[in-house]
Amino acid sequence: MPDPRVLPFPTSPGEARPAARLPLTIRGLGFVADGTRILDGIDLDLADNRLTVIMGPNGAGKSVLLKLLHGLLAPSAGRILWGGRELDRQTRQRQAMVFQKPVLFRRSVRANLQFAVNLKKSPEATELLSILMDDLHLNDLADRPARLLSGGEQQRLALARALLLAPDILFLDEPCANLDPASVLLIEETLHKARAGGTKVLLVTHDLHQARRLAEDVVFLHRGRLTEHSDADSYFDTPASPEARAYLAGQILL
Amino acid sequence: MQDFANSFSLAFELLWRFDPALGEIVFLSLRVTFAAVLIACAIGLPIGAALAILRFPGRGLFVVLFNTLMGLPPVVVGLLVYMLLSNAGPLGVLRLLYTPGAMIIAQSVLVTPIIVALTHQVLSDLNAEYADTFRSMVVPWHKAAVTLLWDARYALLTVVLAGFGRAIAEVGAVIIVGGNINHVTRVMTTAIALETSKGDLALALALGLVLLMIALAVNAAVMAVRASARRMAYA
Ligand SMILES: Nc1ncnc2c1ncn2[C@@H]1O[C@H](COP(=O)(O)OP(=O)(O)OP(=O)(O)O)[C@@H](O)[C@H]1O
Ligand SMILES: [Mg+2]
Repeated sequence: MPDPRVLPFPTSPGEARPAARLPLTIRGLGFVADGTRILDGIDLDLADNRLTVIMGPNGAGKSVLLKLLHGLLAPSAGRILWGGRELDRQTRQRQAMVFQKPVLFRRSVRANLQFAVNLKKSPEATELLSILMDDLHLNDLADRPARLLSGGEQQRLALARALLLAPDILFLDEPCANLDPASVLLIEETLHKARAGGTKVLLVTHDLHQARRLAEDVVFLHRGRLTEHSDADSYFDTPASPEARAYLAGQILL
Repeated sequence: MQDFANSFSLAFELLWRFDPALGEIVFLSLRVTFAAVLIACAIGLPIGAALAILRFPGRGLFVVLFNTLMGLPPVVVGLLVYMLLSNAGPLGVLRLLYTPGAMIIAQSVLVTPIIVALTHQVLSDLNAEYADTFRSMVVPWHKAAVTLLWDARYALLTVVLAGFGRAIAEVGAVIIVGGNINHVTRVMTTAIALETSKGDLALALALGLVLLMIALAVNAAVMAVRASARRMAYA
């Protein structure tokens, strides 16, 4: 009897999911676009498969950081190592990402999901598909064109598609912006299940309540620099950097 | 003026009776053009998709090349294919000159660059949207190509139609390599040219009307398909 609180990710025979626990090591990471320094000298160690939340004001460079970690952008400086290894095709295959603006294929909801199943080619992927469709309430939408879904429905679909890849690391860029509380809950429950299934989650959010609910540790970015990386409790109770304090205060006043 | 009206009524009579000589010409035209467009798509769609996805040195050159070849003068293509297929040419042994096969080759050469260039355009736009997702999911490039071709299929219908329109309306190349031989290589456009010069305006007009109707029917069908696809957000 499978545990309903855990996503049963398929693994290759005889293989546990150790990669999710591999340390993600970031050294001197910088990104320059059109002469503008967007990220500068980021040092960060993300050990173990904790759920890490990345916060910071608009334009701080959170999305760019995720894209660098996922290998969608090439760093201008510094390096990213995962278990001591540079990002390559093979390591990137063990990651998945939900974008700030989800890009869905011009197909039905089911066909979008089937695309990921076909990529994965594992027999268990089909089982995972039906679990995710249940969890994220996609069954009634299965035959609808993905592009006609509402924003919240699209985010649920994008999350399901990403999780079908059974990633060791899952990057999420504000997956719950503009979502109603019920959809937010659905997504958070699914993230918990993925965590229990062994996936490391890196989540960008502006929602303080969500950050409090989910975060085990928090990374704070400000104008392309990392000002703080703390355990969630200490970040929320006694933020170390003045930037994080100001950000938290501003948010609370809103 | 008398002649003019007379030609029209004769033309309609030919159409009405579905004159067998007329039918033969129309049928051959369609056969040649369908075959040519099919070949051009088999070559042009994958090349267009590859150009839209792959980034390799000299890619821009290829794009410019195919865009230029889109405007190839048909008579030049006719001449080149003629030289290839003539007895002294490298493909002379195939004995294809003055057969429908030669016309199919000539039209394929004309249409392929159109399919490549327009497919590249359509798929580049879609790829701009999908590229990050493909990269994120580590989709191999040939799978990405198939995905783009499939998801853009309704837009590509218009591309195929443009190729069809160019092929079926074309005279210069097919008359050189086909020779406009009655019952063998006479197609609508070459027949119109011949009959007009002979003064038999009725047959020429009848064929012209058929050409128009074919263009109309194909365009209407494509528009209907695309409209319903757009309603479903698949286009
Ligand atoms: N490819 C690019 N070329 C040039 N500038 C870019 C590029 N990508 C991002 N930027 C700039 O880098 C900065 C950081 O962008 P980023 O999208 O990472 O911000 P963010 O922290 O995700 O903000 P938000 O909370 O609004 O999503 C912005 O000023 C943005 O304009
Ligand atoms: Mg962002």
